[in-house]
Amino acid sequence: MRWWNKPASDTQITHGKRLWLYIVATIIMLLLVIPTFIVIPMSFSNSQYLEFPPEVWSTRWYEEYFGSAKWMRATVVSLKIGVLTMLVATPLGTMAAYALFVSGHRAARAVFVLLITPMIVPVILIAIGTFYAYGRMGLNNTITGLVLAHTALATPLVMIVITAALRSYDLNQERVARSLGATRLQAFFAITLPQIRFSVITCALLSFLTSFDEVIVAIFVSGGTTATLTKHMFSALRDFIDPTIAAISTIMVLVSTVLLLITQRIGANGKTER
Amino acid sequence: MAAAKPGAMQNANALKRQQSREQWSLLSLALPALLVIVLVILIPVGWLFYLSFLGGEGQFSLEHYQKMLKYKSYARTFITTFQVSILTTGICILIGYPLAYFLAQLPNRIAGFFMLTVLLPFWTSLLVRTYAWLVLLQRKGILNDFAIQIGLWDSPIKLVHNMTGTLIGMAHIMLPFLVLPLYNAMKKIDRDLMQAASNLGATPSRAFWQIYFPLSMPGMVAGSLIVFVLCLGFYVTPAVLGGGRVIMVATQITAILENQFDWGAASALGVVLLIATVLVLVVASRVFKLDAALFGKGS
Repeated sequence: MRWWNKPASDTQITHGKRLWLYIVATIIMLLLVIPTFIVIPMSFSNSQYLEFPPEVWSTRWYEEYFGSAKWMRATVVSLKIGVLTMLVATPLGTMAAYALFVSGHRAARAVFVLLITPMIVPVILIAIGTFYAYGRMGLNNTITGLVLAHTALATPLVMIVITAALRSYDLNQERVARSLGATRLQAFFAITLPQIRFSVITCALLSFLTSFDEVIVAIFVSGGTTATLTKHMFSALRDFIDPTIAAISTIMVLVSTVLLLITQRIGANGKTER
Repeated sequence: MAAAKPGAMQNANALKRQQSREQWSLLSLALPALLVIVLVILIPVGWLFYLSFLGGEGQFSLEHYQKMLKYKSYARTFITTFQVSILTTGICILIGYPLAYFLAQLPNRIAGFFMLTVLLPFWTSLLVRTYAWLVLLQRKGILNDFAIQIGLWDSPIKLVHNMTGTLIGMAHIMLPFLVLPLYNAMKKIDRDLMQAASNLGATPSRAFWQIYFPLSMPGMVAGSLIVFVLCLGFYVTPAVLGGGRVIMVATQITAILENQFDWGAASALGVVLLIATVLVLVVASRVFKLDAALFGKGS
């Protein structure tokens, strides 16, 4: 029996009969991935215009990027805000998720919904709202203001991932530790945290990316010496197509690919260890 | 129970008190996160709400809302916003369903590998992907070149800075939000059901439409809802790929602030957008009984 005559699923449909599905899925997957990677060859073009494939290869736009004080400063600002957001949002979200999951208090559900409002409120509203409120509080164009706003955006993601992790974890282990004399804090750090650590690392990377890739709040709230990379990229995109962006995009694609592969890797490790 | 000894009652009460104390101290762990949300979301959005009801002399007024009813441009913005959101959601369902189905049929390990094609765009900056589409779709872009080469059309056609470009970009950006919940829902479908249907004589397509498709609905509804709601407030992609021709609510809010610096009008528009979003979520969760699908059971 050839492979296309073999049953492909529980309904005895053959691979041959659902060849269309494989073709369609392949095309969709290509369409998903190609636009992400197309910027890489383009960034090595020598031309002012975006051409593909490049006629003359060069690293001109990388030199432009690394040689520009504006782009470099924006990159440092974005990295700083990303790391700070990661360091604030991960513990905050983890604490909140743990508290709401364990307490079983009547108010827990209401608080959970309140904490994930940043996912429901349109980001444009958060952007102009913080812009206005920060203006009164003197937080516009400050690192603190941006980190706070990005923390609010990242916390719901952290909470959802950690809550899911806690759900697949047996909390009785913590009860056992406490019945043996550990305090709740000790039990959490010695028993629970090590077992959800892969989710915590994923959350940290997600928070970093949420901040690093965030555009809209940054457009409004950041500026001057604290303007983020995305803010500069957005205005460059809207006004004219500067090929430097292809170089920056390539770097950003590589960063997200590496971070994604790290989470996949630790995810796989997490499964085998359990 | 009524005959319990007084001592036991006392103990029970003390335990209850202790439990409630502990619950409160646990809840206080959520306080820092709550503070941030109050500071960054609730106060600013509340402030906008207040501003939207403020007239020129600082008195209470509905003028900003009345303006919305009066001028046609507002109505057009809302129509465009819903149009883009509905079309994007539709495109996502059309191409997301076969992809999720394909992934759900594979053994976990292989599915994990192919899943990377969904996760990678998901993790890549939205600005980068918007930029990539700008490059692909431009007049002398790869897509036009390719289509002319294989004879799909003769001369370059305008694919970007209009509705077409916006929809292509939006669909690409939103697709993971549909595929991920849909895939999870499909993975939960008991495979024995399909086998049973087959044993009882159903053709593969009948088994699919009568058993599999209805069971995958909760995932599809949840995913579509996420996509739809995200589209309603979307800014970056329509602003760049629409080239000023696709005015959505978020685009207009920014334009009002940039050109007229009219906080009242911008806030009012924002408030209407928020209300529309919440309304869509509430109605959909009532109609489709979504609580479990969106928040997970018992959280």
